[in-house]
This record gives sequence, C-alpha cells and structure tokens, in this order.
Amino acid sequence: MIKAEHISKSFDGRAVLDDISVTFDTGKTNLIIGRSGSGKTVLLKSLVGLHAVDSGAIYYDDICYTSLGFKERKAIRKDIGMIFQGGALLDSSTVVENVKLPLDLFTSRSEAEKMERVKFCLDRVKLTGADRLYPSELSGGMIKRVAIARAIVLNPRYLFCDEPNSGLDPQTSVVIDNLIRDITEEYNITTIINTHDMNSVMEIGEKIVYIHEGHKWWEGTKDDILHADNRELNDFVFASAMAKRARRAAK
Amino acid sequence: MIKLIGITGRYFSLLGKVFSRPEKMRIYRERIIFEMEALGLDSISLTAIISVFIGAVVTLQMSISLESPFIPQYLIGYATREVMILEFSSTVVALILAGKVGSNIASEIGTMRITEQIDALEIMGVNSASYLILPKIVATVLFFPLLTLLSIFIGCVGGYAIAYMTGIMIPGDYIEGMHYAFLPYSVTYSLIKSAVFAFIITSISAFCGYYADGNSLEVGRASTRAVVASSIVIMIFNLILTQILLT
Repeated sequence: MIKAEHISKSFDGRAVLDDISVTFDTGKTNLIIGRSGSGKTVLLKSLVGLHAVDSGAIYYDDICYTSLGFKERKAIRKDIGMIFQGGALLDSSTVVENVKLPLDLFTSRSEAEKMERVKFCLDRVKLTGADRLYPSELSGGMIKRVAIARAIVLNPRYLFCDEPNSGLDPQTSVVIDNLIRDITEEYNITTIINTHDMNSVMEIGEKIVYIHEGHKWWEGTKDDILHADNRELNDFVFASAMAKRARRAAK
Repeated sequence: MIKLIGITGRYFSLLGKVFSRPEKMRIYRERIIFEMEALGLDSISLTAIISVFIGAVVTLQMSISLESPFIPQYLIGYATREVMILEFSSTVVALILAGKVGSNIASEIGTMRITEQIDALEIMGVNSASYLILPKIVATVLFFPLLTLLSIFIGCVGGYAIAYMTGIMIPGDYIEGMHYAFLPYSVTYSLIKSAVFAFIITSISAFCGYYADGNSLEVGRASTRAVVASSIVIMIFNLILTQILLT
C-alpha cells in the first residue's frame, strides 16, 4: 500500500500539486488519470521520490518515505520498479545488460543465476530473440517489454508506470496493459499507472484517481467512472465523439 | 556573481556524490575499461595527427626565427622539444580534447538526463552520479597522461621528419637538440598538468550534462557550455600549476 497525505509541490512558485491525499492499494492496478499538464507525472515522480514534495507525507506500507534519509530510501528503492514513458533503457547497453543491471549492482548471485533470472523475466514479458539488440534496434512495444522486464527483475513490491502505452498501437497497448495487470496480480504488487488512455482505464483500472489542475478531483473504479456526475471528469473521459456515443448508448 | 557561486556549489555537491562509495567495485572496473576505450583510445588518432603537424610547424618556425650564424642549430630541436613538453602536449592537447571528449561527455549524460535514463538509475537505487561520472573521471585521469607522452614523442618525430625532408637543418643537430639540457622534471610537470586537465574536462562536462534540463536544444547548449567552461578553467589552472610547479 502506498499512501500520500496532503502533498503539495510547486515549481518556481507555480503550484503543480495542491493538497493531494490518496491511497493506492496492494495487488491492484491503481490508475492516475488526467489531462496533459494536470500534474499526474509530477505526482508519480513525487511518490517515487524523484521530486521532493514541499509539504505532506508519503507512506510505503507503514514507513514514512518522505522522512527517510538517502540510505534508508535507497533500501526502499530496491523494492521499486518503474516503467518510464520512453522506456529509459540505457542506450549503450543491450537488452540483456539492461535487464541484468539491477542484479549486477544489488545481488551477489552467480553469473549463471543472473542470466537465468534475466531469461525468466524476458520470457515473462514474451520477448525472445532480442537479447543482444540495443535499444535503438527495438520497436516501441519491445522497448516497453524490456522496461517491464527490468522493472520486475528484482521482484519489486511497488511498480510505477508512466504512460506505458504512449506511442503504441491499440493492440500492443492492450498487450502491455494485460501484462502489467497479470504481473500485479501474480506478485501481489502495488501498481500505480499514470495514463490518459481511456482503453487502459476501462481494461485494467481497478482504482482510478482523476487529477485536475493539481487537485484530486475524483476517485473511484472503472465501473463508477461511467456514471460519475463530475463535469471535469466527464469532459475528460467522454472527450471523443465515439466515447460520447457509447455513453448515450449505455444510458 | 551569486549565480557563479551557486553553480560552483552545485558542482562540488555533485563531486561529493560522484566520490561516494561505489555500489560494486567490479562493475566500476568494467566501466572504467569501457570508458578508457571510448574516451582515451578513440582520441589517439586525433592527438597523433595534431601533434605531428604541430611538431613540424614549430620546427619550421624555430628554424626561421633562429636563423643566425651565432645561434647553434641544435637549439631548434631543443626549442621544439621544450614547446612540446611544457605547453603543447599537455595544455593545447587538453584544449582540443575539451572539444572532443568534453562535448561527448556532456551530450551523452545530457541525453541520458532528458530521456529519463538517469531517473531510471536513481529509481533502481543506483547513485547515478557515481555510476556514470566516476568511471569517466578515473579513465581520463589515467589515460590523458599517456596521450601527453604520445603527443610529445610524435611531435618530436614530426619535427625530425620536417627537418629531414626539407633540409632546413641537419637532422643530427635536431637529435642533439633533443638531448640538450633535458630535465626529466619537465615531463613530470607536463603529466601532472594533463592529469589535472583531464579531471577538469571530465568533471565540468559531466556536470553540464547532468543538470541539462529540457530538450535536445538544451543538450546542445550543455555541450557548448561544457567546452567553454572547461577551456577557461584549463587556462586558469595552467597558470596556477605553472606557478606552483615551475617557480
């Protein structure tokens, strides 16, 4: 479980997050949704500690993450996996080297054991035959798969995904969504996904938090979202003509 | 002025992170070898080409400037050797490498910053500053003095070659000048300077890249800032080191 209590964050005097309190449940795919520039990426990066919050507290289970020093945070970060929007794979390393890096740095396993674990993770994300390729030689979907494999290689307890479907075709998006959901359930991870893809919301959104202009505007499930009477949320969710037609049909 | 103090503070703060205890020495050793190849070995050809021509040009210029029956010809070889050892092979080569290696480091780390690769390392619990910058610093500080030695040797060979090919002086006199009044400490001075300059180039360029923020344009600006700042600091430290080591 990850809990944010009254967190605020501003850049150069401009408030980006304002008094946000939210709890993300273990074993569920928790989604943060909102328009571009609403503050959802800042929220995600604040939760993992890439941005220091101006006020408020963040808890990882019972541990107050925001009050920890560098060394204590480092211990928790080994339990965190993160999938970045662009994959953020190391350009100078191959697929195998990228996935193996956390094992090299933080475990004392033998080379054979490490390779076995890397192979397991790559098989888990259904990526074969790309071991020796560099990120520049991979497609968008393959990059996301490698990023997922790297994120789960140390068996994380918390998984963060920043726009995991951006730049992917609808079919590949569904595959990546399902993969993240399956991994979340299989390993009982607290997963937080940052997205504005409504397909993802309807496919895997077990808990959804809507962020609007730096505020938490709405919170619920994928079933609640269709019947919500929040105007800003509805403007966002039913922005496309197709979604509007679907809503009218549902009514 | 306040901005400069702020930047200097951030620079030393970054160095503090860079020199904190590495996660695993074996990984760092591998990265140092990789960086030696990328930053050092790949600079050999540029250093050699520039050195051979500068050695030849200095010999030609000296032969014209010292053209007098009262000045022994071996002084041309002596002057060429001194120029190469004392200034060219350490300082000028460092300025050239600030352009090649410095811009390479700043753009590589800057690109990693804007593509969130550095964030990814931080999330893994890796000290990204140490992991990315320390191997580069160690590699260049160890390798640049070797490039300086190579530059001295090739520059002197360039001078000999031009003397031999153009007949401006007797090659034997050039060789005599090479041996004349040789002080091994001059080489030590040159090697110390090149090691310090290597540290300056790598750390400042890495600093510029590490704090790049925005898009590819900003990476380009960081790269330019790295070369300009490294060059200025090299010239300042050239003066300081010469004052300390030679006087």
